[in-house]
Amino acid sequence: MNTLLWGPGGLVAADFLQMFLHFALLSLLAIGGAITTAPDMQRFIVGHKGWLTDAQFTASIALAQAAPGPNVLFVAVIGWNVGGLAGVAATLAGSLLPSTTLALTATRWGARHKESRAIRAFTAGMAPLTLGLLLSTGWVLLEPTRTHWASAALVAVTLVILLRTRLSPLWPVALGALVGALGGLG
Amino acid sequence: MSEPGAGAEPLRAPASPGELFRVFNALALQGFGGVLAVAQRELVERQRWMDKAQFLEVLSIGQLLPGPNIVNMALMIGDRHFGWRGAAAATAGLLALPLLIVLALAALANQMAALPMVAGALRGMGVVAAGLVIATALKLAGTLKNNPMGMKWCLAYGALTLLAVGVQRWPMVWVVLGLGGAAVATAWRALGTAPATGGDRP
Repeated sequence: MNTLLWGPGGLVAADFLQMFLHFALLSLLAIGGAITTAPDMQRFIVGHKGWLTDAQFTASIALAQAAPGPNVLFVAVIGWNVGGLAGVAATLAGSLLPSTTLALTATRWGARHKESRAIRAFTAGMAPLTLGLLLSTGWVLLEPTRTHWASAALVAVTLVILLRTRLSPLWPVALGALVGALGGLG
Repeated sequence: MSEPGAGAEPLRAPASPGELFRVFNALALQGFGGVLAVAQRELVERQRWMDKAQFLEVLSIGQLLPGPNIVNMALMIGDRHFGWRGAAAATAGLLALPLLIVLALAALANQMAALPMVAGALRGMGVVAAGLVIATALKLAGTLKNNPMGMKWCLAYGALTLLAVGVQRWPMVWVVLGLGGAAVATAWRALGTAPATGGDRP
């Protein structure tokens, strides 16, 4: 019951508050979607705090990608693995509250001014950063398997399926699960 | 159906926050690996709550704002029809059931993580998750052709971001404020010197 509520890591209230604040800060930086902040979540949770291993962090995101629903729910899985239901509350509220509040207040202003030079400079300037952050996310997710040749092959197959076919992303996910289960990345 | 004379495909509005919840819940549950494509089909083609142009407008504002695009869109659409009650209903519809499902999966996976096959499967799915994100970046890279800064600046800022955040592991807040500020300034200058229509060079 305690593991369900607070997770396996023995975190205290101050830890949850810190996690909430870190995710709230990232929420405001998440131009281009929540997944672009994954590298900094990994830096905080794996590198700085040691609450999860690289493998656990990557598996959390993989699991959320394989499930139905918005991609942002990967933060809930990370929260769950770090600190049970309290962890979910910290990461999910942190990821959603600042950005939703801002979205509700800024929507009308943005809609009226979307042709202004400042807004266009902002979107144009941030676009290459978004791509750099997505590539960083890919790089960080490969941390546990980067030296394995099958890992590179699996990434290549995924890219071909996504960029050259109209197959659902579920197929490469299933293929990855199969290759991994058969020991191909061990 | 109730307004036969109003045009070929009359738009309609959601009847209640409850309907917003149901529709957003249904589209979230169909969305594997992202919800955006399903959202377009449901909201524009099936429910006809908005036309394509309105969808694109909401999407571009959603992308401009920080936070998950699809959640921002749900907020805006819900807010447009029923104020904060609509925004809450649409967002809850989008998140509630998928959240329960993904947490159940996570709990199940943790129970069985000791089994080598399950641990291996999660490792393999992690590699593919990386591939999916990289594929998204490559798909979006095509839009840089229309960027007023030009390709060289875009490649430079993209590469520096990857180096700083991905490889050097610098805190993202400083990278986004510093490098992002420089990039926005570059774009601002480019927009000032380029013709107003910008993005239609070959």
